[in-house]
Amino acid sequence: MSWSEHLLLAPILLPLLCGALLVPLTQGWHRLKFALGYASVLAQLACALVLARLTDNGHWPEGMGVYLAANWAAPFGIALLADRLAAAMLVLTALLGWASLHFAMLRWGRIGVHFHPLFQFLLMGLNGAFLTHDLFNLFVFFEVMLAASYGLLLHGYNAERLRAGMQYIAVNLAASLLFLLGTALIYAVAGTLNMADLGARAARLAGQDAALLQAGAAVLGLAFLIKAAAWPLGFWLPTTYAAASPPVAAMLVLMTKVGAYAILRLSLLLFPGGELGTALLWGGMATIAFGAAGMLSTESAGRMAGYAAVISSGTLLAATGYGQPALVGAALYYLPGSTLAVAAFLLLIELIDRIRTPRNALLAVSMEAFAVEDVPREPVGRPVPAALAFLSLAFAACALLIAGLPPLSGFIAKFAMFHALLDAPDGEVPGAGWALMALVLVSSLVAVIALMRFGVRTFWAGSALPPALHRSEVAPVLLLLGLSALMTVQAGPLVGYLGRAGDALHRPADYAARVLGQPPVPAPREDP
Amino acid sequence: MELVLSLAIGVLFGAGIWLVLRPRSFQVLCGLMLMSYAVNLFIFAMGGLRVDRPPLTPAGSVPDPAALADPLPQALVLTAIVIGFATTALYLVVMIGARGITGTDHVDGQEPEP
Repeated sequence: MSWSEHLLLAPILLPLLCGALLVPLTQGWHRLKFALGYASVLAQLACALVLARLTDNGHWPEGMGVYLAANWAAPFGIALLADRLAAAMLVLTALLGWASLHFAMLRWGRIGVHFHPLFQFLLMGLNGAFLTHDLFNLFVFFEVMLAASYGLLLHGYNAERLRAGMQYIAVNLAASLLFLLGTALIYAVAGTLNMADLGARAARLAGQDAALLQAGAAVLGLAFLIKAAAWPLGFWLPTTYAAASPPVAAMLVLMTKVGAYAILRLSLLLFPGGELGTALLWGGMATIAFGAAGMLSTESAGRMAGYAAVISSGTLLAATGYGQPALVGAALYYLPGSTLAVAAFLLLIELIDRIRTPRNALLAVSMEAFAVEDVPREPVGRPVPAALAFLSLAFAACALLIAGLPPLSGFIAKFAMFHALLDAPDGEVPGAGWALMALVLVSSLVAVIALMRFGVRTFWAGSALPPALHRSEVAPVLLLLGLSALMTVQAGPLVGYLGRAGDALHRPADYAARVLGQPPVPAPREDP
Repeated sequence: MELVLSLAIGVLFGAGIWLVLRPRSFQVLCGLMLMSYAVNLFIFAMGGLRVDRPPLTPAGSVPDPAALADPLPQALVLTAIVIGFATTALYLVVMIGARGITGTDHVDGQEPEP
């Protein structure tokens, strides 16, 4: 077994060890804690980038690296597997973790004890969920991730966070129970929890067993849909996002994508014929509509960001259910772009709040309500302070990304999805395809309207005070927006890479052969 | 035995769902606990119900699969119990915190308007 297989374990072990190391350090050692956590995140990013490179340069057959934990052959032990999709998600996790942790350096890392260890455990849970290919192990990593997120959500707790936390924890505990029920049912029917083995065995089931498997998959899917905030199961999400501290909310955005990721992987594995597709497609479209309506209805920026995350989740679910490999590739390009955009927006909201004096908000509302004609004249040609210019430009970039307007990556993502939808294999685009396109367009329009309204009220109404910003708060936002710009510039290679990732998901036979065919490491010869 | 166990699981789960839908957070917590007991029993039952069969073989003997209970659900239940217990304890802490800060044990953190 070469070093590259052992590298698969690094994204899980690094945050685990780092988090464990950080627990005994007291709060007085804040700088050291931050430095250690930061180093761990950067090391994870390096690992993820190397893994992404290894999956795509032919180092591993089929672009999949398999690690047999405890050295048991595949259906019996726990197999970790990095393919292109998992590697891409690891890169996304590390990048987002980097930005969030940097943002938390000055204030948020200090508002409660154990912020840094919990952050590392959250990263461990996320990385583990992307790498593991065993249903029960997936449950364990989900729980690690969720337990850390409960702790992080309650950081700097006030009445609002506790209220949101009560809902969030109760909903997720119930979802975890559903997860266990589904897993148990699937094990009872198929006799395995290894995903590769499961795919092959599921195809052989018939009659009553197949029905039971479908029931198990439905219960399991319900748990994932709750995490992915699909309508009507996503009611907890906007409250939670608006209540959490900004760096935590940015990480929560990624957690909704874990549900969508699990659904994408398992639905193609268990039901390659696409029997599940219709439900996912219409559920996803209902989610988009719900998110759009919510975005239009709310005044609070935090809730707006939450609904934007719901829209992107719905888009992913609908694309998964549509049953066209090219669309899955395009949706995989949409996933990181929308995650980065909403995360950047959530970080930005905290900075924008500093220029929103209550008087301004009141003035903006009353101006609209009473159609005040004589706006107080501002002196013309007042120099715009640099901080204010940064905030408004960053906000504009976030709005462009979320709405999917050119020139940033949101536009390319939606364009690629429309291209895939219009490029139907038999030349005839079905009604569901048109409906999906219309919904995505309408949700973009709604996002433009909602964000414009917010922007006008914030930056144009009344006199905004130049805010006090710190470098460590500006840099993460710039990083996330810069990544989106990079995604735009490098759209060709990225779409190619993620397209190959999507294609690999549609070839479950190769995947099963790769996992089940991985030989255990031979025992060392005993010297006489 | 199957009937008794499935009835027990059903009653536990049903009672749990009823409690989870109650307005007081302590009732919600009790409901979640009952539901997790039901789920643990359910996982246990999914390996097949067998009496007097060990899940592990003594060393040195030739194992006969027919004489053994499925060890995997037992391992799964053990993990699920630990995780469920930990998260429920966490919920209890949050509940006490919410009670202390908001002054009410209603799940919304405020009493409904009369």
